[in-house]
Amino acid sequence: MPSRWRVALLSVEGLVKHFPLGGARAWLDRLGGQAPRSVRAVDGVSFAVAPGETLGLVGESGCGKSTVARSILRLVEPTAGRVTFGDVNLTTLSAEPLRRQRRDLQMVFQDPTASLNPRLSVGRTVEEPLRRHTTLGTGERRARVAEVLAQVGLGPELAGRYSHELSGGQRQRVNFARAIATRPRFVVLDEPTSALDVSLRARAILLLDELRATLGMTYLFISHDLASVKYLAHRVAVMYLGTIVEEASTAELFARPLHPYTQALLSAVPVPDPDVRRARIVLAGEVPSPIDIPGGCRLRGRCPLAQPVCAEPVTLREVAPAHRVACHLV
Amino acid sequence: MSELLEVHDLTVHFATEDGLVEAVDHVSFSVRPGEILGVVGESGSGKSVTAHALLRLIRPPGRIVRGEIRFEGADLLALPEERMGEVRGARIALVFQSPRTALNPVLTVGRQIARLYALHQHVAPAEAWRRTIEMLTLVGIAEPERRARQYAHQLSGGMCQRVMIAMAIASSPRLLIADEPTTGLDVSIAAQILELLRALGRRTEASIVLITHDLGVVAEACDRVAVMHAGQLVEIADVHTLFKRPLHPYTQALVRSIPRIDREVAMEPIPGAVPSLLAPAPGCRYADRCARVLEVCRRERPVLRAAGASHEVACHAVEVESGTAVR
Amino acid sequence: MPWRRLARNRLSLAALGAILVVTVAALLAPWLAPYDPDEPDAAAALASVSVRHPLGTDLYGRDQLSRLIHAARIDLLVALSATAIALTLGATLGAAAGYRGGWVDHLVMRGVDAVMAFPAFILALAITAALGNSTANLVAAIALTHVPIYTRLIRGEMLKARETEYAEAARTVGNRPHQIVLYHLFPNCVPPLIVQATLAMGFAILTVAALSFIGLGIQPPQSEWGQMTAEGAGYVVSGEWWLVLFPGFAIMLTVLAFNLVGDTLRDLLDPRMRGVR
Repeated sequence: MPSRWRVALLSVEGLVKHFPLGGARAWLDRLGGQAPRSVRAVDGVSFAVAPGETLGLVGESGCGKSTVARSILRLVEPTAGRVTFGDVNLTTLSAEPLRRQRRDLQMVFQDPTASLNPRLSVGRTVEEPLRRHTTLGTGERRARVAEVLAQVGLGPELAGRYSHELSGGQRQRVNFARAIATRPRFVVLDEPTSALDVSLRARAILLLDELRATLGMTYLFISHDLASVKYLAHRVAVMYLGTIVEEASTAELFARPLHPYTQALLSAVPVPDPDVRRARIVLAGEVPSPIDIPGGCRLRGRCPLAQPVCAEPVTLREVAPAHRVACHLV
Repeated sequence: MSELLEVHDLTVHFATEDGLVEAVDHVSFSVRPGEILGVVGESGSGKSVTAHALLRLIRPPGRIVRGEIRFEGADLLALPEERMGEVRGARIALVFQSPRTALNPVLTVGRQIARLYALHQHVAPAEAWRRTIEMLTLVGIAEPERRARQYAHQLSGGMCQRVMIAMAIASSPRLLIADEPTTGLDVSIAAQILELLRALGRRTEASIVLITHDLGVVAEACDRVAVMHAGQLVEIADVHTLFKRPLHPYTQALVRSIPRIDREVAMEPIPGAVPSLLAPAPGCRYADRCARVLEVCRRERPVLRAAGASHEVACHAVEVESGTAVR
Repeated sequence: MPWRRLARNRLSLAALGAILVVTVAALLAPWLAPYDPDEPDAAAALASVSVRHPLGTDLYGRDQLSRLIHAARIDLLVALSATAIALTLGATLGAAAGYRGGWVDHLVMRGVDAVMAFPAFILALAITAALGNSTANLVAAIALTHVPIYTRLIRGEMLKARETEYAEAARTVGNRPHQIVLYHLFPNCVPPLIVQATLAMGFAILTVAALSFIGLGIQPPQSEWGQMTAEGAGYVVSGEWWLVLFPGFAIMLTVLAFNLVGDTLRDLLDPRMRGVR
């Protein structure tokens, strides 16, 4: 293991999450003498996040990044693998100790409206983590809620409002407030700005960065918005079909992407400058179904550089200092 | 060069329980034949309402209060409803946001497209089906015969969007309005959809109005760009000019607020928030957020004035600086 | 409570008013009724509407207005108790079935299916006939036939609520399963419950009336609207119209009022309606 893993705050090793196909399909598989197939959402993912760092996890829909987030927090139970938080093995914890860990391990969800209970006021929503994890009295909690609301740029008068009375940007900030209320050490940000207008994203990104620095938190930043990731993350991991295909520092990944998928992804991001014409690397076809994943390199059927060797299984290996790639041709 | 679409002084109000929402305020612009016009703005800028107004899809409590929409010479707002029905879908088509929810969930996508052929071009079912398959191929859907028999929920977001586009161009419209066609799609799929729209525009010589909040999309796909803020059109220019020399403070702030992948620049969020459209203040609606606000800005609504070849801006500060102010 | 909004909807206001009147009548019956409902007055038998007897008298000279007011008591009491019991039992079963799924769900839903296989009124009738004509049995019979409605409703709502992102967030924040159900899921299942409960109140009153009409349920001398209607029906031909009209109206207006007030009550309790059109 690379030496930096020993100081990691969160360490994920060999994480696997398969969703078994139920019903007729599984039955038919068994009838045909095969093991029943499943949706292989996460198929062996390993990474580590150092304290105070932001790791960006990027990829397109279906690559498994949201499932990784939920598996780390055990909102879904991993099929295999190990998640270590500090010196605690999260994967083997029982219900109550796991629940207590949630004080330090929080999450911001993608849809600002859906992730807020419409019947609870803002104050009550932000207060809830304090009720569950601290022994603060009512007055102390209220004070803390006002403090947290101020930190995310919301006035204390909003505590009595309900989510439908707020704008999209404000709702997302309530989400941030709820996530940081107990001063967690680690926050998983699942597409925190995707539901916001492009013009509001800047404010949200800057706020997240400021909060991380002020409160000394560590982030796992999941997003398909590469420009936001470039701004916020120290390191970036690129996922495709359930595995990591490239991982490097942000500067390195954007300047010298080595994996063909990363290169294709970066070339497809629209740039707000009509005079910039980049060569678009086009991947043929569509993403294969995570039920029938091709053997060997997962990009094989679509990669413009595919060679016969790509039919061999590929591993994520370090090809430059702190730069890992899963590609035979690098 | 005569314009395909000319919009003059369009104003749309919504009479709600809380008061009058002035969603679109004196908006004027034109679309040339064969061009792609981008309409860009934040949520609440009135861009979607404008699109709906073009097709007279505004229902009570909304009302087109004022304005003229000249399409191929005729004023759409003066047409009787039956004639308007002939225009909608046939001469002007609309591609909706969130394709999966805009498609009928209980009909196969093939049926939905074929019905349009039967409706607008009065062809027999067999011929309609043949054209449907042809159209699905044209919009880049692999295995069109199989896909045509599938339902919306069985298709990916990108494919649903292609189906919507197929439905929109089924009757070869002269004008295609695409409302946030790439929002919610993956980056690579979005790039493909934009490329598809451009190719279709070139091939059919239709004009496209592309509505989006993403400046990157606009830079990739549009020939000219109109910028809207709080229901007002603040700047309109060809795409190169807009990005190279934006004149309106809002446009400038918008460009500066976007995280970029190609440059190392600091992101600056736009100050303030989009003002409420409920009984808005007179004058320029950007006044409270503007660094260059003048006294006249709060009194009087700025009017679009030429500021160069193919460049119009509605801003008092710009007028004053360039010496073209009337007062 | 947003009274301003309520005041804007005249019909709902009228409905609420009607319910209030009936409830007050039921509560204050002994003080409100001008006469003792059981006291006969042979001299004034079968007297029509007059100032002394605003709703007339029956065969025994008993004042119909007083009987009607006292009947309100029993009708409301039975309907309310039956609804309350059915609601509590049904909602609990439905919540358990919806949240836990699995065998709990199966067990509960098959029980519900069994009860729903019988037409509700027939079932209530059968139970009352089998167990005897006491008020308690009446309440139990009606409650049982109403449980499935609430169970299914809450189960459906719970299945939806369980999949929401705020339910997931509730777990992330550190809630234990019972806290998620109690504070997050269940409150969001309640609105349709309120509408259903008010509609069901109407049905409950109708059932009590219907059972008493055919001789089961509430027994004389206790007055009850349905039973009064049944008695009155026999006098229509001979011209004593007041004996059937007023009890019939009472049933109709009360049930209608409950139906109308349901939607409004639900809207009033929805925080989403605050400050919005």
